[in-house]
Amino acid sequence: MANAEKHWLVRPQTITLLWRLFIAILVATVIAERVVHLHPHFGFDGWFGFHAWYGFLTCAAMIFFAKGLGLLIKRPDTYYGDQQ
Amino acid sequence: MIVHPALILVLGALVLPWLPQRGARQAASLALPLAALWAIWQVPDGSAWQLHFLDYTLSPLAGDKLTRLFATIFALMAATGALFALRQESRVEVPAALFYAGSAIGVAFAGDLITVFIFWELMAIASTLVIWSAGSRAAYLASMRYLSIHLLGGVALMAGIAGHVATTGSVAFTPITPDSLASWLILAGFLINAGAPPLSAWLPDAYPEASWSGTVFLSAFTTKTAVYVLLRGFPGTEILIWIGMFMIFYGIVYALLENDMRRILAYSIVNQVGFMVVGIGIGTEMALNGAAAHAFAHIIYKALLLMSAGSVLYRTGRRKCTDLGGLFQSMPVTAVCGIIGALAISSFPWTSGFVSKSMISQAAGDEHLQYVWLGLAAASAGVFLHAGIKFPWFVFFQKDSGLRPADPPASMQIPMIFFSALCIGLGLFPAPLYALLPFAVNYAPYSGAHVLTQLQLLLFSGLAFFVMLSFLKRTLTISLDLDWFYRMFAPRLATLLTPLFKAVIGGLERTAASVAQRAGKSLHHHHGPQGALARTWPTGSMALWTVVMLLAWLALYYLP
Repeated sequence: MANAEKHWLVRPQTITLLWRLFIAILVATVIAERVVHLHPHFGFDGWFGFHAWYGFLTCAAMIFFAKGLGLLIKRPDTYYGDQQ
Repeated sequence: MIVHPALILVLGALVLPWLPQRGARQAASLALPLAALWAIWQVPDGSAWQLHFLDYTLSPLAGDKLTRLFATIFALMAATGALFALRQESRVEVPAALFYAGSAIGVAFAGDLITVFIFWELMAIASTLVIWSAGSRAAYLASMRYLSIHLLGGVALMAGIAGHVATTGSVAFTPITPDSLASWLILAGFLINAGAPPLSAWLPDAYPEASWSGTVFLSAFTTKTAVYVLLRGFPGTEILIWIGMFMIFYGIVYALLENDMRRILAYSIVNQVGFMVVGIGIGTEMALNGAAAHAFAHIIYKALLLMSAGSVLYRTGRRKCTDLGGLFQSMPVTAVCGIIGALAISSFPWTSGFVSKSMISQAAGDEHLQYVWLGLAAASAGVFLHAGIKFPWFVFFQKDSGLRPADPPASMQIPMIFFSALCIGLGLFPAPLYALLPFAVNYAPYSGAHVLTQLQLLLFSGLAFFVMLSFLKRTLTISLDLDWFYRMFAPRLATLLTPLFKAVIGGLERTAASVAQRAGKSLHHHHGPQGALARTWPTGSMALWTVVMLLAWLALYYLP
């Protein structure tokens, strides 16, 4: 489909722009820790950028776990016969 | 005389289907929940009704802050859901849904366990009708599986209540310590309705089979009534922390694997109820407030998400992510409302989820429950992953499916916009919600540190989603769950064992027949026309035997 026909939000230029904006915001939220005073409960949650990398790594772990479990428990959606 | 709010809905719902005109039915379906909402706020604190049943004094209408909080959101949900369902063709669904909402309100106002049980069972029946009224064979089968599980839960609850009343002598619904078989059975009955393991599968199995409007109602009442009774009956029961934690991650992992848009949201109900169950398990005032507030906020944003999904289903007739995508272009209102619901469920700052869920994490931190706190933080990121981004992304964006459905009619848009406004309104101004909570709130959600850490957690979760998108590609699959045992294993086992049973039963029948035949023959032999015992005896021999007996008696009488 030609660019002109595509909705402006899904044109490649817009998507590149959105990615750049997103990364800028990500960086900003981490750098802001220098300005905002954190009050950690446990100690480790005061490490620099803790919530950023903890969020990313646990999500990656959940996706991998789901993928692995999927190998075991995924079935075609006609498995029980009465679906859809 | 104070009117019982539950009875307005329950009795009204029984009359509703018989109203002759469609307009009258529609008007009544909106008026009944609003009347109930008004009645809820007329109920004073303490027991307003007393009823004698057998040897017990029941109090079917007892009010306090927790009761009013739950009853209010149930009634609000019923009214908004009825508006969304205004165009529903089925004459059964909306009356059943209002009956269902009324029963949930009945549980909320129940001051004794017998009343809890009665409304509990009415809920099971009415919600089954809501699923069943979708009309498809899949819906019928799912509704029967759903009913079986809930009746099983009801049996556990009834047995538990009977045992509890027998030992304590009181039917009052007060906090229960799980230290006897009876109290464990009550807990099990409550937990089955919460979607707790091992029987979580009923929820994602049944809810997505209801109609485009039916699922909206279903998402609100059963699980949140379970949260309510757990809040009242088992606050601070430690095992609930771990059960809730399991539910949280179960919901995330299964939702990540799922392809049906409404089943994704159904799994995320289990996930969100898990947060509430953890809060109840922690049991401090902060945690219980958090669980109650989260239930309130959850009903709104989950209904909003399911209305958004319902609108897509209503317009396209499709429910699989693999068939959808790119709908934001022609359904902007539905997409924006869906995104607001998705942000609220993810506890994004300035939405209702942020001001409610964070109280539970705060309570875990205050109690120095390090692992619980870490689990909740990971789960918060995981919610954004499995519902917050996944739902809007696969339905409204991803690839262009080529579908260009229009936004739904106004009667469906207005409730979505109303609930979106509530999601943001409660997020920006949490004070009215906090004022409704059972305990005084000493918590300020908006500190710089809290907003910043939550943004980090969520945005980097979003980064993980887009970086690993190829791992999340949708496939035409379902995921097996423990319902496999009653949907596949048990029927197969039955088929397998039928010949064996037939052989055994055949053998037993033959043995029984031959035993009976032999018995018949022997009877015939002794008692038949020629049998020794059937002969007539001469009078002479009778006289002889009498003489012998008399002589024997005489001899014995004179013996020393």
